[in-house]
Amino acid sequence: MFAHRHLLGIEQLSAFDITEILDLADSYVALNRQRDKHVDKLRGLTQINLFFESSTRTQASFELAGKRLGADVMNMAMQVSSMRKGETLIDTALTLNAMHPDLLVVRHHSSGAVALLSEKVNCAVLNAGDGRHEHPTQALLDALTIRRRKGRLQRLTIAICGDIANSRVARSNILCLNKMENRVRVIAPPTLLPAGIERFGVEVFTDMEAGLKGCDVVMMLRIQNERLTGTAIPSTREYFHRWGLTAEKLAVARDDAIVMHPGPMNRGVEIDAEVADDITRSVIQEQVEMGVAVRMAVLDLLARNLGGDA
Amino acid sequence: MPAPRFFTNARLIDPATGYDGPGALKVSGGVIEEVVRGASPDPGEGTVIDCGGLPLAPGIVDMRVFVGEPGARHRESFRSAGEAAAAGGVTTFIAQPETEPPLDDPALVQFALARAREVSPVRVHAMGALTKGLKGAEMTEQQFLLDAGAVALTDGDHAIADARVMRACMAYAAALDALVVHHPQEPALSRGACATSGEFASRLGLPSVPAIAERMMLERDLALAESTGVRYHADMLSTAAALAPLARAREAGLKVTAGVSIHHLTLNEFDIADYRSFFKLVPPLRAETDREAVVTALAEGLIDVIVSSHLPWDEEAKRLPFEEAATGAVGLETFLPACLRLVHDGRLSLVRLFECAAMNPARILGLPGGRLAPGAPADLVLFDADAPFVLDRATLRSRSKNTPFDRQRMQGRVKGAWVAGERIFAE
Repeated sequence: MFAHRHLLGIEQLSAFDITEILDLADSYVALNRQRDKHVDKLRGLTQINLFFESSTRTQASFELAGKRLGADVMNMAMQVSSMRKGETLIDTALTLNAMHPDLLVVRHHSSGAVALLSEKVNCAVLNAGDGRHEHPTQALLDALTIRRRKGRLQRLTIAICGDIANSRVARSNILCLNKMENRVRVIAPPTLLPAGIERFGVEVFTDMEAGLKGCDVVMMLRIQNERLTGTAIPSTREYFHRWGLTAEKLAVARDDAIVMHPGPMNRGVEIDAEVADDITRSVIQEQVEMGVAVRMAVLDLLARNLGGDA
Repeated sequence: MPAPRFFTNARLIDPATGYDGPGALKVSGGVIEEVVRGASPDPGEGTVIDCGGLPLAPGIVDMRVFVGEPGARHRESFRSAGEAAAAGGVTTFIAQPETEPPLDDPALVQFALARAREVSPVRVHAMGALTKGLKGAEMTEQQFLLDAGAVALTDGDHAIADARVMRACMAYAAALDALVVHHPQEPALSRGACATSGEFASRLGLPSVPAIAERMMLERDLALAESTGVRYHADMLSTAAALAPLARAREAGLKVTAGVSIHHLTLNEFDIADYRSFFKLVPPLRAETDREAVVTALAEGLIDVIVSSHLPWDEEAKRLPFEEAATGAVGLETFLPACLRLVHDGRLSLVRLFECAAMNPARILGLPGGRLAPGAPADLVLFDADAPFVLDRATLRSRSKNTPFDRQRMQGRVKGAWVAGERIFAE
């Protein structure tokens, strides 16, 4: 029984919670492939997508998920530049709260900001990414993709490769995959590994081929080259040379290893186009499809735990 | 001249002699006239304050207090800071120069001190800025600042990155025998950081600074202190790694002292927990092993001074995501109760506590307080070391309520405080 009021991170979920979400998401994958993709689970409920950091893809996925479930969905772009100076996050929360939303989907550039907001509103809050902290629906959609491709979500060897230090996707995935009892590796240059990573229950590699050896799943992360070049990596071409995923490097992984990426990709920086577009290995398009289904499942479960008359 | 006062039936705590035992004090003309050990004599003429066997100690001298005058009186005024100080057992505090504008000009020092003396119930001194505008580029008029009443020179939280500037400030100060106080944090490494690097900060996804940033700056400062011969005080050490260089400097006979904030003695990085912005401090809270190491260094005499590092912030500044929230906590009013945690844990004796909180700061700054001896100012604190209470931040006397001890159990309450023999606080 999914008993959470908010979805703030993978950290608060148990393996049972994760399985319940994925099982429900499976049914929504089937629904989404039908001609009539509509159910009325959220009819009458209001979902607000509050994005302090722009994200076309994640916002679209949440919007579609809410609409297919029958909610009234509103998008609010709150990028810093357009935020009225002086209005704090909590002011915004209180303003929104007065509009009686039922589900609030929040992305924010500061770690912990979504949890802070959840303390100030009366509705269910979904974390759509907070700073470098967590991005739980990304980890859940990755888990669903792996489970459907591999037939299980345990005893797999999974390598996460790239900017671990600044990635909320990496943190949520490490938590999620460890909870489901997989073997997790991280592969990155030392400058992109966070302090204390060896205590996250992962094996740490700076050599890509050593890290990929025998892997069932290879997860690539996006390199924000404009921010990292010169401070954390010398150049994108040297990065690609050492940590870019090519068919040659992938050859040391298991023959049936799948390749994942949360998008948007930088072809030629962290991943070679040949690998990214190889339909036998790359499940990147499938991740996008699973994203909508997982978000429908989470919205559905949280809506069941809303009180009666608000 | 007012009649003498007698503090009878006290447990005297005198850090200057190491005495912790029964006794009485006779106070007259604002100073201690006589210290009696053992049974209290018949006082005869004058006012009698029966201490009921409770500890009576020299008032705390707090070297590091931010007051928002000039520039931010809504955060803390000299009046509210003074009232908070008295309630925390602090009878003298040193205002930091990080005001708006900063105390980098003799007239501003005079202004601040005049304001303080008008409204504060406790004694107030000020430190002058070490560089103009606290910008770390040009040195201030050190002699004029000292003449205006500054007791030391510092840029507060602003670490001076430029070694050439720091060397000049130190060399010049050495000739004036001025005390240079510096915050040892390597600024490039600590830029943007709000936590200490390690597993915990990484799990929270917070920008962090490695603990060695403190040691790096301290080692530079110690090398410069050695070459210039200046009296140097590291304002707040918080990491184990910084202690070895400090110990070496001491052994080499350098005129070097060091402080630590009460928050870094009693809290660690885990207190940040779910991004609680009241625990966002300068320097950031450290690992438990670091906390243990600085407590030991304090108990064993390597660290000399405990400060509150009182830094008030209004509600707006703290009601933000952790990374964006203001840095610092109020500490005056909880000074003594928080320090008593270390006593109750068996880590410090009351005598050592008052060495670090009263005697040493007075000695380092050249102030007369911090001891129970004939001729010393009658700045006193009477407290019950055992009285338990739960702190409610709404009851704080500070204008700002950003204490990390909100809703925590504390043990030890100030019963009374006196400055120059006059009562300034009664519970």
